[in-house]
Amino acid sequence: MSVEANAKPALLEIKGIKTYYGNIIALKGVDLSVAEGEIVTLIGANGAGKSTLMMTIFGSPRAREGQIIYNGRNITKLATHEIARLGIAQSPEGRRIFPRMSVYENLQMGASLNNFAHFTEDLERVYTLFPRLKDRATQRGGTLSGGEQQMLAIARAIMSRPRLLMLDEPSLGLAPLIALQIFDVIRDLNKREGLTVLLVEQNAFGALKLADRGYVMVNGLITMSGTGKELLARPEVQAAYLEGGH
Amino acid sequence: MDLFLQELINGVTLGAIYGLIAIGYTMVYGIIGMVNFAHGDVFMLSAFIALLFLLLLTQKLGVTFMPLVFVLAALGSMLMTSVWNWAIERIAYRPLRGSFRLAPLISAIGMSIFLSNFVQVAQGPRNKPISNPFGRSITLTHGGQFNVTMSYSDVIIVVVTIALLAGFWFMVRHTSLGRSQRACEQDMKMAALLGVDVNRTVSLTFIIGAALAAVAGSLYLMKYGVINFADGFLPGTKAFTAAVLGGIGSLPGAVLGGLLIGLIETFWSAYFSTDYKDIAAFSILAITLVFLPSGLLGRPEVEKV
Ligand SMILES: Nc1ncnc2c1ncn2[C@@H]1O[C@H](COP(=O)(O)OP(=O)(O)OP(=O)(O)O)[C@@H](O)[C@H]1O
Ligand SMILES: [Mg+2]
Repeated sequence: MSVEANAKPALLEIKGIKTYYGNIIALKGVDLSVAEGEIVTLIGANGAGKSTLMMTIFGSPRAREGQIIYNGRNITKLATHEIARLGIAQSPEGRRIFPRMSVYENLQMGASLNNFAHFTEDLERVYTLFPRLKDRATQRGGTLSGGEQQMLAIARAIMSRPRLLMLDEPSLGLAPLIALQIFDVIRDLNKREGLTVLLVEQNAFGALKLADRGYVMVNGLITMSGTGKELLARPEVQAAYLEGGH
Repeated sequence: MDLFLQELINGVTLGAIYGLIAIGYTMVYGIIGMVNFAHGDVFMLSAFIALLFLLLLTQKLGVTFMPLVFVLAALGSMLMTSVWNWAIERIAYRPLRGSFRLAPLISAIGMSIFLSNFVQVAQGPRNKPISNPFGRSITLTHGGQFNVTMSYSDVIIVVVTIALLAGFWFMVRHTSLGRSQRACEQDMKMAALLGVDVNRTVSLTFIIGAALAAVAGSLYLMKYGVINFADGFLPGTKAFTAAVLGGIGSLPGAVLGGLLIGLIETFWSAYFSTDYKDIAAFSILAITLVFLPSGLLGRPEVEKV
């Protein structure tokens, strides 16, 4: 059923992860891998545990069982900031823009992760990707519109030139046209710079079309995986996640 | 008019000291949402450390140039008080982070009692006086009912405070550490996702708060020439009032609140009654909490996002 992740070695390998909130189990033994240069998407219904997995990779909450291997190194017990410093960036659920910092300062926060190594260059790059952010550079993050905040969250994540970019519902709350534009940006970064992407999406159709491979999560377990095309063609996926037919 | 001018000078110098202490309260509250009740005693401890350095320098090492003695004593106190406050946070507060809300507060009250008792036992319960190192003062006006004077200590307090606040403001607004601090204040989890070492940032916040309190403690010792183990409570609580009045969490608010409390206290003593000056200051705390809970420069509780 599952497709083995190409010949390339996995950049991120998740094995048997179990995560709890108090006594309640949220992830019941998740396996997932992302190879270098891949776009992998994770889809699933509300409350399936997608965001929990994204945060567990960063050790917050910490997995109670299982292993997370990044670039050959076991990072399961590392502190959150140490994991980030290995070159993993996340645009988390809820965007989490610093509300009382300007757009520019939010981007600086992203760049501080790699000590402002290519700051002006990277700033130009995200301003080109999202010209709206340039217009709003001095505005406080908390006063941006939802879509603008989403752009800022993604821009902040790529300011550190991560090796692995994790996006939790980047198209949430965006107008369809802007959502498409965000998908284009992701594809571009992947094709041109070889950026590895782990993408959580509600828009399963767009995500599966974009991704090399996908996983379906139900109730804290991975129930299906395969290439984007394969999953799109499966009747269960169509019934559960693609109704409305985009 | 002369009285007014004299009280203005006294109020501003007192307010500067309160402001420096208030920053410690407001920064810690901003970053971990806790009122550090031990901060007043950290201030008191810092004045004692400055006193010990002063005695060491003048009596054991025979340094006689007083400005140098004071600078060295203040620096020594900043260093040692920072170490103390760093240790207090590590031992008494950090393990309780994520525990129920009252836990660190209770621990802070315990630390407050610990510090004042420790100093009482180690240094004795009596006042520790020193002679005023900068006895001279500048006479600003002659004639009238009396001469308005500004002592060298007052000038030093104002100049040091302004310089320190300018440096501190720059640090918070424009350095990486300041940005990390504000990030932790606004969203600790996101800060960690961006590689900010939250524990280290909190530690540094306690260290900076202690260093500022130590400057206040050294200036207080210089101005009043006396320190006692119980002197943490009143100035500490007034500085806390200043932080609340200015809007807890707000740095400019802490300074503004400090100035206002200093002025209100001195003017009240001068024009009404010295006996009731503390009551005046604490009435402000109650009035602020009831009518202006977010303070003069604080932000309202409700916020978009
Ligand atoms: N902080 C928390 N404390 C307790 N339970 C939580 C917490 N966060 C999430 N959960 C629970 O864990 C489960 C998985 O939540 P999670 O946010 O990971 O789902 P999701 O797949 O991201 O959903 P959505 O598509 O709605 O974002 C849910 O049942 C949720 O109620
Ligand atoms: Mg989610």
